[in-house]
Amino acid sequence: MNLLKKNTYLFSCLVFFLFLLPVFLQAQDILKGSEVHGSMQADAIYYLPDDKIGITDSTLDGKTIRMNGFTEVNYSLGNFTAGLRFEAYLPPLIGYDAQLNGVGVPYFYVNYKNDFIDVTAGNFYEQFGYGMMLRTYQEWTLGYDNSLRGLRIKLTPWKGITLKGVYGVQRYYWEPYKDYNRGIVKGFDADFYLNDIFSSMNDAKVKLTLGGSFVSDYQQGSTKEVAQNGKIYLLKMPVNVANYGGRFNLNIGGFNWFAEYAHKINDPTAMNNYIYKNGNGIFTNLSYSQKGLGISLMSKWIDNMGYKSNRTITNNMLNINYLPSITKEHTYALASMYSYSTQANGEAGVSGNVTFHLPKNSKLGGKTGMTIALNFSQVNGINKKAINDTVPVDELGTLGYATSLFSVGKEVYYQDANIEITKKFGKKWKGIFTYLYQTYNKDVIEGHAHDYGTIYSQIGIADVTWKITGKNSLRFELQGLWTKQDKGNWAAALIEYTVAPHWFISVMDQWNYGNTDPEQQLQYYLLSAGYNYNTTRVALSWGRQREGVICVGGVCRYVPATNGVTLTVTSSF
Amino acid sequence: MYFPEKPIFPGLLFSFVMQQKTIFMRNLTLILTMLLIVSGAYSQDGVFAYKELPSVAMQNIKGIAFNSTNITNNGKPIIISFWATWCKPCIRELSAISDVYDDWVTETGVKLYAVSIDDSRSAPLVGPLINGKGWEFEVLLDPNSDFKRAMNVGPIPHTFLLDGNGKVVWQHTSFAEGDELHLIDLVRQLNKDGKLTE
Repeated sequence: MNLLKKNTYLFSCLVFFLFLLPVFLQAQDILKGSEVHGSMQADAIYYLPDDKIGITDSTLDGKTIRMNGFTEVNYSLGNFTAGLRFEAYLPPLIGYDAQLNGVGVPYFYVNYKNDFIDVTAGNFYEQFGYGMMLRTYQEWTLGYDNSLRGLRIKLTPWKGITLKGVYGVQRYYWEPYKDYNRGIVKGFDADFYLNDIFSSMNDAKVKLTLGGSFVSDYQQGSTKEVAQNGKIYLLKMPVNVANYGGRFNLNIGGFNWFAEYAHKINDPTAMNNYIYKNGNGIFTNLSYSQKGLGISLMSKWIDNMGYKSNRTITNNMLNINYLPSITKEHTYALASMYSYSTQANGEAGVSGNVTFHLPKNSKLGGKTGMTIALNFSQVNGINKKAINDTVPVDELGTLGYATSLFSVGKEVYYQDANIEITKKFGKKWKGIFTYLYQTYNKDVIEGHAHDYGTIYSQIGIADVTWKITGKNSLRFELQGLWTKQDKGNWAAALIEYTVAPHWFISVMDQWNYGNTDPEQQLQYYLLSAGYNYNTTRVALSWGRQREGVICVGGVCRYVPATNGVTLTVTSSF
Repeated sequence: MYFPEKPIFPGLLFSFVMQQKTIFMRNLTLILTMLLIVSGAYSQDGVFAYKELPSVAMQNIKGIAFNSTNITNNGKPIIISFWATWCKPCIRELSAISDVYDDWVTETGVKLYAVSIDDSRSAPLVGPLINGKGWEFEVLLDPNSDFKRAMNVGPIPHTFLLDGNGKVVWQHTSFAEGDELHLIDLVRQLNKDGKLTE
């Protein structure tokens, strides 16, 4: 008996094998319909000390090898699906939040789905409309995951009508939910695809979709003590904070127009300095396109729209809603050095895009044609006025400030004007040439107290591919960034050799040659090689990583400078 | 048909089992692992093949609802490519295919569905971009990556090849110049033999 107790684990394995194996064998017919799929990724870095970028043996503190990894497995049988994701951060890579340190299963679910109902119990990712009221998602490269754990029901009572209800608590690193340590999120959402609902509209040229959402977050505690400037304030707190709104999408031929409006009731938090103002947000886009031409005009106006399921945290986690930045997302190393991230407390932005294709054998297009993309975006603050003569703007425990819809403040947060030309030269050569002019208000975007001011930079990039043979190609990148502020001028070069479908090798160098401190005129060299086999990719790199901010969507992560050997393995099946 | 010759996941799962403290988790994992092994061994078609696409709600660029089960092509092969406006290798892949797409369609009858995983930040740019570049693929919007998750896609670009019955017969992550030549060879092989022999 003692032996069995000690080996409970082995014993249970044995029981399962003995009793369940025959069940499985007999269920072969059912199993024929079952599928197992999954994916995995492991990022491991061996860090090297590097005095020049400020990494010494003591900063590494013996933790020279670090790894982030996950494996996700999903099992489906007919209308039923179940899955889980195992994650390990041992310890997390430098630049990821230290609270990720650990091993476990932060994500698991079961789902049943047919044409009428779709039920998920466990963790789920959901988005209402464009996300200003609710969006949960995961971004592995950012270490970001705000999945809801609870229950979700989706109904399709009629063709063209989708109803959704969600109820749950969000993930916060590895911290288990207990005793209301974070909010309980409830939400309801409806979409009406009018052309599907009314058969008379099925083939109409005008396509119209309407939608609306209501989200509420319960946080315990109707009062809160907040210490500021040596005083302690006792504030009354709204226990349930609602965020609701509506949207439409109208499509007529090549024209498409959508808009979403959201209104949030007073929600004093550490992020908005505990003010009691309501929040408002509008996000809209008008576009026209036909073959060879695409135009879009986007605008966004948000006022006090931060919405988290814990009012005291100031980091990037536990966002209930999603406030996308409308500036263009750049991926070239120097073009993304100064990239914008949404200021939830208030911003007014516009963005315009024009893409057009000059056809083959035309005067400007030449023999092979040419594509030109123009983009301009600007984001300012909103106009905030004091509510009266005695209360300064954003004063704790007050209504904060007054503003009017679509008001635009004087301060420029970000501006980006760029042009990108894609051109082929015969059958073997093609190039992408980009020029950007960016204005980056470092104090506002990174949250400094008037230390750095605004950075004006010009960036030029040439990206040329030479197809040597059908499967061998060489790609070159030459980049320059010119600015009088911050760290001064940069140059970057890359050479990448690929042999389809398996191999690549590349070498890159970024050089801060214009730094006013000669000691800081550093080179960030990186040598990489990788192998692909269908859905498996193994890449190894060695070199320095530049300090910077990685942003995906509305969330950013600061990456300190590092030096080391990185192994990345990704696979799916 | 593709599946790894030596699956690594049961091993990973077992090592993860050892990390867990509660009997419940041990057993849950054990069941899943056993299901994996047993069903893998006994089902003839292999549990690792997508016999049909999972049902996921998406939209087309006109804002009309589109369910993934409507990805069809009258019994001819289908290519599904996951991409985004900010993903340079994805744009390179789709541009390379776009240059020869007319010839591909005429020769093989293949149809390409380009599934954009742009979120609400850049999804409004998808329609203008594909028209601006003159691409003629079927484009679908998956702004919260629901279909991407259902197809277990990690890094993009990620390309699936489906046979005429809607079964996934091949998939590939990443793009290198020349990969498109391999892809169309596979489509031809599929048309000729009804399956892939690699």
